Amino acid sequence: MPKASQDLAIIQSTHLCKNYNGVNVVDDLNLSIEKGTFCGILGPNGAGKTTTLRMFIGHCPMDSGQLSIFGKPMPLYASVVRQDIGVVPQMDNLDPDFSVQENLYVYGRFFGIPRAVLKQRIVELLEFASLTDKANSKIAELSGGMKRRLTLARALINKPKILILDEPTTGLDPQARQSIWQKLRALKKQGMTLILTTHYMEEAERLCDRVMVMDHGNIKADAAPKTMIKDQVEQHVLEVHAASQALITAVGNDPSIARFEKSGDIHFFYGDKLKQALDTLEQSDHDDYLFRPANLEDVFLKLTGRELRE
Amino acid sequence: MNRGMRVQLFIQRSLAIWNRNIRVWGKLAGPSLMGNFGEPFLYLLVLGYGLGQFIGDMQGMSYMAFLASGVICTSAVNAASFEAMYGAYTRLSVQQTWLGMLSTPISVSEIVVGEILWAATKSVISVVAILIVASGLGLVESYWAISIIPIAFVTGFCFASLALLVTSVAQSYDFFLYYTTLFITPMVLLSGVFFPIQSLPEGIQYLAMSLPLYHAISLVRPIMVGGELSDIGLHLLVIIAYAGVATVLATAKIQKRLIN
Repeated sequence: MPKASQDLAIIQSTHLCKNYNGVNVVDDLNLSIEKGTFCGILGPNGAGKTTTLRMFIGHCPMDSGQLSIFGKPMPLYASVVRQDIGVVPQMDNLDPDFSVQENLYVYGRFFGIPRAVLKQRIVELLEFASLTDKANSKIAELSGGMKRRLTLARALINKPKILILDEPTTGLDPQARQSIWQKLRALKKQGMTLILTTHYMEEAERLCDRVMVMDHGNIKADAAPKTMIKDQVEQHVLEVHAASQALITAVGNDPSIARFEKSGDIHFFYGDKLKQALDTLEQSDHDDYLFRPANLEDVFLKLTGRELRE
Repeated sequence: MNRGMRVQLFIQRSLAIWNRNIRVWGKLAGPSLMGNFGEPFLYLLVLGYGLGQFIGDMQGMSYMAFLASGVICTSAVNAASFEAMYGAYTRLSVQQTWLGMLSTPISVSEIVVGEILWAATKSVISVVAILIVASGLGLVESYWAISIIPIAFVTGFCFASLALLVTSVAQSYDFFLYYTTLFITPMVLLSGVFFPIQSLPEGIQYLAMSLPLYHAISLVRPIMVGGELSDIGLHLLVIIAYAGVATVLATAKIQKRLIN
């Protein structure tokens, strides 16, 4: 578990707990995030991700434990701390009555940013979010991707030190997602600390230099994505779709198989080589299978299980 | 941070919210202003002129003049209540505007005060519109009528805070019908808008006197007709007491709803 030293930690929590209706949504959470980290929090629905983020901005007072941001105790210093935080919420809450640039202007005024400074910053942010030619458009005229980019630009209006993103690309098409990723990488390069929750493993794997898998309010694994894959699961996965029981038994005879899982009519064989299993499949007339390197999703499913969370 | 700076920040942020709302209003001011001018004009003309023919004078003034002060106060009540219910609920729940504000240094109490100030401003806009209409109809006796504007603001503040308290527990727009039907409408009917409360049974008179609208009318009516004002302090005190309690309760409820 990578631990940031006390003085470098921009976010630090110890034994953080939050209980809703008898369920510990956040349960003894200990974490420490260093300045400049791009940190991804993964977890099934109800794992406590959003509650954790809400705690970071003082929207959710803890039942017990401590949380400090920029070295300041929360939620006591919530207002002061929020001066230096940007938030991209899960649900867009742009002002539908305002144009694109008015949204940025009004939001900037909430931070007390002087008008003249704001005007200049809005020009820069519209440029950054590739929305310059939409400056006077209404929100209803924007595509989903544009709305997200505007929400991102709005979150940057106060030049935050920490940017918090709750599922920033959910519901976007691949182009729009790529475009958001580019912007986030650019921010990371500028030295910003980014914390993101996502259901897209690929997103976390590509963007984050540190990934935490969260479930039942607690961190189950915490490492760089590549390290986590190496530490938690075998090198390769063989997925066999809709095969006969006889074939599955034959494939399963490979001694290099370290682990086996079944989900519906798909069988997952985990191992480092799996050569014998592959040979067996090649010799059979069954061609519906996939041999691939293990990824973050495999880690995720191993740690949080395959059953549905609703 | 010392106390003075904190107060300054509080005012600055509340005004930022007020500013946001007036900016939205500016975009839709046309239809809104038409409502502000049109409705009281119709009431005054139709009720004042039509009913006035049968009623003649009331408490030594024309019925239209009597009615004008009632319509002024009712419109302050309605403008603020409507804004702090339907408008505020949209920002609290439907559009999640407040949650967005809470991602900035702004706190719940600043949102509440900013929203109440804005709703009270809408009362002022509405009352100014009626004063213009009323003076056009020759119902304003002196320039002292200008002093009705701060009374409209305080009355608007009071009913905005009460309405915001209702909003803080609302789960849908329909919920507001309970408040308007069970509280606002009976209060308007009993507080001396259409006839003096002295014609009501004694118990009901006390009920009317315990509600803020009666006190707003008691301040506005003498000013409108150039009569003598009495018990100014008492009337203001009742209105301000309601405002104070409701503001504190609404803040606590909204805090609990959004920060939990």
